[in-house]
Amino acid sequence: MTHVPIADQPMDDHHPTSFVAKYVWSQDHKVIAIQYAVIAIFVGVVALILSAFMRLQLGFPDTFSFINPNTYLQYMTMHGMIMVVYMLTALLLGGFGNYLIPLMVGARDMAFPYLNMLSVWFYFVSVIILLASFFVTGGPTGAGWTLYPPQTILPGTPGNEWGIILMILSLAVFIVAFTMGGLNYVTTIMQARTHGMTLMRMPLTIWGIFIASWMGLLAFPALLVSAIMMAMDLLLGTSFFMPTLVSLGNAVDHSGGSPLLFQHLFWFFGHPEVYIVALPAFGMVSDVLATHARKNIFGYRMMVWAIVIIGALSFLVWAHHMYVSGMNLPFGFFFATTTLIIAVPTALKVYNWTLTLWQGNIRLTPPMLFAIGFIFTFIHGGLTGLFLGNVIVDVPLADTMFVVAHFHMVMGVSTVMVIFAAIYHWYPLITGRMMHEGMARVHFWTTFLGSYAVFLPMHYLGFMGVPRRYFAMGDTAFMPESTHALNASITVFALILIAFQAVFILNLIWTLRHGREAGKNPWGATSLEWQTPDVPPKHGNWGDKLPVVHRWAYDYSVPNSTQDFIPQTVPQGEMLEKSAAGQTEGKSS
Amino acid sequence: MNLIARLTERSWDPATSAAAAASATGPEDVFAGRQTMLHIFLVIVSVIFMLFFLTFIAHSQYPGFETLTGEPWKPLASTTQLWINTGVLVLASLMMHLGLTRARQGQMGQAIGFTLVAAFFSLQFMLAQLWLWRDLHSMGHTLVSNPSHSYFYLMTGVHALHLAGGLVIMLGALVLIWRRAAIERLERSLKLCSTYWHYLLGLWLVLFVLLTRSPETYRTIAILCGLG
Repeated sequence: MTHVPIADQPMDDHHPTSFVAKYVWSQDHKVIAIQYAVIAIFVGVVALILSAFMRLQLGFPDTFSFINPNTYLQYMTMHGMIMVVYMLTALLLGGFGNYLIPLMVGARDMAFPYLNMLSVWFYFVSVIILLASFFVTGGPTGAGWTLYPPQTILPGTPGNEWGIILMILSLAVFIVAFTMGGLNYVTTIMQARTHGMTLMRMPLTIWGIFIASWMGLLAFPALLVSAIMMAMDLLLGTSFFMPTLVSLGNAVDHSGGSPLLFQHLFWFFGHPEVYIVALPAFGMVSDVLATHARKNIFGYRMMVWAIVIIGALSFLVWAHHMYVSGMNLPFGFFFATTTLIIAVPTALKVYNWTLTLWQGNIRLTPPMLFAIGFIFTFIHGGLTGLFLGNVIVDVPLADTMFVVAHFHMVMGVSTVMVIFAAIYHWYPLITGRMMHEGMARVHFWTTFLGSYAVFLPMHYLGFMGVPRRYFAMGDTAFMPESTHALNASITVFALILIAFQAVFILNLIWTLRHGREAGKNPWGATSLEWQTPDVPPKHGNWGDKLPVVHRWAYDYSVPNSTQDFIPQTVPQGEMLEKSAAGQTEGKSS
Repeated sequence: MNLIARLTERSWDPATSAAAAASATGPEDVFAGRQTMLHIFLVIVSVIFMLFFLTFIAHSQYPGFETLTGEPWKPLASTTQLWINTGVLVLASLMMHLGLTRARQGQMGQAIGFTLVAAFFSLQFMLAQLWLWRDLHSMGHTLVSNPSHSYFYLMTGVHALHLAGGLVIMLGALVLIWRRAAIERLERSLKLCSTYWHYLLGLWLVLFVLLTRSPETYRTIAILCGLG
């Protein structure tokens, strides 16, 4: 039987011949990536608008008639679920994963292009189902993004009729989509790497995506299992999670279920989900920092291991989200300990990013600005995580705005900063044009400072005991007038922050036609995706022959080199001054 | 090169990195990719069932949970039907294995024949499971009568769904091979199918054992898992 390398599969059977085949039912990983990204950004904008509505209510209570207690809870639920699952996960793995994996490992496409196409269309359907819940009787579910039973399916919770059904269905379809994508990402990275691309020559972006995909494949089943069981409780009357209880004066038909079991299942998915989002971001920011500081990443091997260790540990910390649900002392101690241990490899990464910048030839390009911004916001969000990892500190803070501030800094703002860095960094490859630098700088400063103006004061609100998920604070005695003033100021800054995202969208669209020609490898990067024969890369990526890799992805500012970067495709000894080349060859032999 | 050696490669050092690259295999074959994908998929299915099992064990420690065996009036007091169904699934798995063996020997006609018999037995298994469901339901052991019953229907149902999915994919592959006259692909397809069928048989055996244990066994497992 003939040996067909998975990295070099013939493209004939899915080479696009019509508009529909090229842009709609495409099997090209690059088109699929853009489809993923466009849907994710669209749905992310929807979630952003929902957050504006929430902020309007919190900053200026009882001013806007369309926001009532029910709609507030619905906005909150949909904002959270969309941002975490349908925007961040989809954009980082479906978008960047799809675009970058084959290009960075030197393959022509994903291992299973047809499955890849199915993945994006299943994702599209899941988003449609989710958004459809805005238009059904009762509206979307307002149970909070954690969907805790029993309140999720009991009368009194908004959207307990159709909203929750559509949410569960949408999640199930999303998980199918993710599984098809994840299988592709993992198999491609494991088996479709081109000649010379050893595991430890892979850029950290690929390592982040690789481990995050594995985590997704292992963690999303927990969400699927809980969704199936909850759907059965809701529709078929089983009692997996529903205990005996009286709701609105009526005894429910359920008995014997355990709401706590749902929480365990949910967070067994939910916590790794944080790292499913964070690890690709960690990887991408490493590559952006190295490229724009013209310096090899500090401690590459340590960075790889840290990603792997964080991935493994993240399955052992889930119950720190449940301290206030009650657990016995040894369990609390165990989960607090694992939570604090995970801070070690994470901190190590932060040190290494900082040391990568040290004595680098830093170019403050837009991607670099966002990458440096990420280091700030991530340190900030990470440190507050140490507070919350301790049971004794978490208990009084768990239901306050402090938690909102913490997870938005660490998982929202930080990840989004990397997404922006990555878009500004890889946009020239994707489109062949540079994004407008002035607009990008305005976008950076408004986003960076705006995020601080929104989330820094929120920590203080939390310390004062301002609760989260509340529609209105009322005249609560422990909240001084200043909390209301602070809430109003946060809302104003949030609206400004949201408004300035329009600059980014405008830049994205405007430069598509009017941007400066990027040419080949405008940042002087070493990794494979910049070495394609065409920019943007064509279907099949590599022309006639797959590239051969001769070195790691971080040969920046190599002493005695003829330029300040050496692409991965350049053989050892080349691009060095003559005398140095001789030394290197001697060393190799 | 083993995994530890691959993960400790000093890729920044030209000499050691070049040596590591020289000993690497390069891109793998397409079939190897399919095999890897199947193995990962089976890991995912295992995680799903492991979570079902864990929640089942946790539930078994709550008041009101009734085990499925142990007393004459319990739904699985007699396991005869379960043994018959198990036998049918064993036959399906065996036929699949014989199909693969024949394909390896180049006897393609017989290979397809055994595979179709395996499909027949798989279908039989699903019908027999449906029969069991109907019997239990008629005896009052419904989906909602007790959480243990809910788990029985849920886990056997999800298992049967996986078998049905496997059948659809296997028959689809056979049709594709026949249409494209790509008989050389048969052996590889059957290798994947037989892995899947053997896995589902193993999973069924675990399910069988789990569902028919005594409260004491559940208690012991729960304590071992920290759920007691």
